[in-house]
Amino acid sequence: MANHDIHIAVAKGTVHAIVGENGAGKSTLMKTLYGMHKPDEGIIAVDGEKVTFAGPADAIAHGIGMVHQHFMLADNLTVLENTVLGAEKLHGIGGAARRKISELSDAYHLNIRPDVLVEDLGVADRQRVEILKVLYRGARTLILDEPTAVLVPQEVDALFDNLRELKSEGLTVIFISHKLGEVLSVADSITVIRRGTTVDTVKPADVTRKQLAELMVGSELPTPETRESTVTDVPMLEVRELTLAEHGAPVQAETVPAVDEPAPDTSIVEEHVGAGRLLLDGISFTIRKGEVLGIAGVEGNGQTELIDAVIGMRKPDSGVVVLDGTDVSGWPVRKRRVAGLGYIPEDRHRHGMLLNAPLWENRILGHVTEKPNSRGVLLDIKAAREDTERIVREYDVRTPGIDVTAGSLSGGNQQKLIIGREMSHAPKLLIAAHPTRGVDVGAQAAIWDQIREARREGMAVLLISADLDELIGLSDTLRVIYRGRLVADADPATVTPEELGSAMTGAASGHLAESESGAATDTEDETPEDETR
Amino acid sequence: MKRFDKERLLLGFAGPALALLVAILLSAVVLLASGKNPIEPFRLMIDYAQNVDIQVLIINQWGTYYLAALAVAIGFRMNLFNIGVDGQYRFAAMVSALVGAKIALPGPLHIFVIVITAMFVGAFWAGIAGILKTTRGVSEVVSTIMLNSIATGLIAWLTLPAQFGVQPEGSNNLTTGMIPESGWFPGLKVNDLAGDIYGFVFVAAGLGIVYWFVLNRTRFGFDLRATGASESAAAASGVDAKRMVLTSMLISGAVAGLAGMPVLLGETHTYSQSFPVGVGFTGITIALLGRNNPVGIALAALLIAFLDKASTALDYEGYPKEIATIMQGLIVISVVVSYETVRRYGLRRQQSRVGEELAAAAKNNREEVSV
Repeated sequence: MANHDIHIAVAKGTVHAIVGENGAGKSTLMKTLYGMHKPDEGIIAVDGEKVTFAGPADAIAHGIGMVHQHFMLADNLTVLENTVLGAEKLHGIGGAARRKISELSDAYHLNIRPDVLVEDLGVADRQRVEILKVLYRGARTLILDEPTAVLVPQEVDALFDNLRELKSEGLTVIFISHKLGEVLSVADSITVIRRGTTVDTVKPADVTRKQLAELMVGSELPTPETRESTVTDVPMLEVRELTLAEHGAPVQAETVPAVDEPAPDTSIVEEHVGAGRLLLDGISFTIRKGEVLGIAGVEGNGQTELIDAVIGMRKPDSGVVVLDGTDVSGWPVRKRRVAGLGYIPEDRHRHGMLLNAPLWENRILGHVTEKPNSRGVLLDIKAAREDTERIVREYDVRTPGIDVTAGSLSGGNQQKLIIGREMSHAPKLLIAAHPTRGVDVGAQAAIWDQIREARREGMAVLLISADLDELIGLSDTLRVIYRGRLVADADPATVTPEELGSAMTGAASGHLAESESGAATDTEDETPEDETR
Repeated sequence: MKRFDKERLLLGFAGPALALLVAILLSAVVLLASGKNPIEPFRLMIDYAQNVDIQVLIINQWGTYYLAALAVAIGFRMNLFNIGVDGQYRFAAMVSALVGAKIALPGPLHIFVIVITAMFVGAFWAGIAGILKTTRGVSEVVSTIMLNSIATGLIAWLTLPAQFGVQPEGSNNLTTGMIPESGWFPGLKVNDLAGDIYGFVFVAAGLGIVYWFVLNRTRFGFDLRATGASESAAAASGVDAKRMVLTSMLISGAVAGLAGMPVLLGETHTYSQSFPVGVGFTGITIALLGRNNPVGIALAALLIAFLDKASTALDYEGYPKEIATIMQGLIVISVVVSYETVRRYGLRRQQSRVGEELAAAAKNNREEVSV
């Protein structure tokens, strides 16, 4: 039972936010509203009329549309084609559809370019296409599932402008989030969900961020602040000139001089785009014992490839990876992991879990050659199970037992299991990709504490996150990755999310410091780039 | 938390039971449609299987099927579909029969050499598909099917008298020559009429235990299962996926090579044109029905062996023997459908169970929340 006793009344023409810890049941609730789940009991009424949805098609027929957290677009089709796909009956696929799209685009200021291939669009544009798709199907109520998770602050503001536009045209928006600041700025009314049930509905004017957080978790909102420095002088991970081309295409000779550019600007990087595009381009950094190095960047700018190269899943075309004084460049994944590399993967379903296997087998995954999981070539099932019990207990994995499959746990609890597993082997270097994504606020604080504590004992952390607050709060050093290059660095003590955001979109580079510092390119650069679109 | 285990066990049985029921019902429908009594054939087969000599036949057949199904199951656990078990089995049987006939060694050693040859040849034949997959990305489904045909041609050519074939007098059958008695695997005598149970049947049973142990109790087995369950997760956990593909193909082929041993060492002592074919394909059915579980495969192999051997009774009573074949086919279809149905049901059930347990915990919190 993911939801029980849910009471929500959403007024027409408003933006209504649903907030709650992850795993609290927000997504389940939204899927119920969208007809993807059938409720066991209870009533859904649209415009005062009681309805039952057999599937999403019914929901759409009642004017309810959903924009999923993970976009459902065909990359090799144009925006127009994506929009009409599956809705050909409405306005055909030709001129009428095109007119309708531009009509919608103008009405809500979506800036849609119907003939662009979706693969050429950025994340924010894709999201607008998703919204367009829903509107095109005649939705009067839009459900947006964590729409800001993938956006940089500037894009979030643009999205909120769109939402206000929709609202002013009389449409209703249901907005799911766990970012309280955003919710307070955009919502007309906020419903808080906790452990599957509605706790309260409030007006943003009546509550502070802190009060809202307390409603969500019953405790104070944790912050990832980590100011006392534990950084030592001993390098734990050194990465030098890591370069990786797409499809293993050889590095072109003319790209080498680009590495020497002191402050690379975007035009140089753009030369690489195309055949044999460089996914990683001369990446060098050092993480010392007790240091957290945060990498900021819009998803898809080389973070995944960087992680894969450090852990050994992809072989870079050139470059060296040194772990704790040993060159591990030629080592296979397992040898690196045994040598003390912990890994919290960005996609836990693909890289971190066996969804159909019980929890205790998932505890073995990735550490099958290490204690307590095995003795010699044999598994030590008893010890592994006992240790799983310990992880479940210490990391507050909410599960009825260790024999249930990992797939039946909520995302946050899966994440807690993974973190418990990785921390149990006292890694020298922890690669943490979005360590608190999909984790409830309470557990988020616990994870931050665990990372901080291990850091104090000398663990080095390579932190990659889309949550800028997390990056700024947890890191000792910040770097920005843009199109496969580390284009900027910043001091987490002084940098603002906005400054980071502009470097993430390629508008700023160099050292991001207080504005009088000459090294930082002016954030005004953003404007001309926008105009060229 | 034992409840989840019990439930899983129950669901584990529900799949095959449902599949069998559907297969029997559909077979009855086929019989009805052809104007026959829909129940009588089943009764006839069961009656016929009461005879001790038929039971021996079934058990002997079981040994062959069990080995073939284990070979298929090893591939399945790794998400590899080794359709080539049949070719590996035949080629291995032929070459090992030839080697066995050409050499003379003291008893156990002679048998050992034949068995090792069979495993090696089976592994070699499967390994070709493995290497093609790891180096060129060729689907093992395609390459093993092709290797089956190549094996057929190769065997036909090698058993020509111009090569290694021996044509017994007064027969137009081609063989590889008789293996001397030192290379015969001693059987277990039941009684004079019924004949022997092949000794290699017990080796097959033992191999089932080894299969279970390796998969469930060793690091290698864990890596293999992890790779089968999620290649990406296994790769991230440090499994070398390519090496794992090759290794499991080699093991699968080696076990496939063993599948010919019960008959070769226990009865025919030569490879001839009348050596059983299609064993590898039956092995796929059995592995599917037995859900790659060593006990499940054992039961499934017993069922298929029963259908094979007891269906002879149908001929005597004027029923077409092919009913048993139709039923085997129906089992495959219903297995696929019913397992998926039961799997989805089990998954939903477990998810709601987990939800319930957590909701119970949530209830305790609710008072605290409403404060």
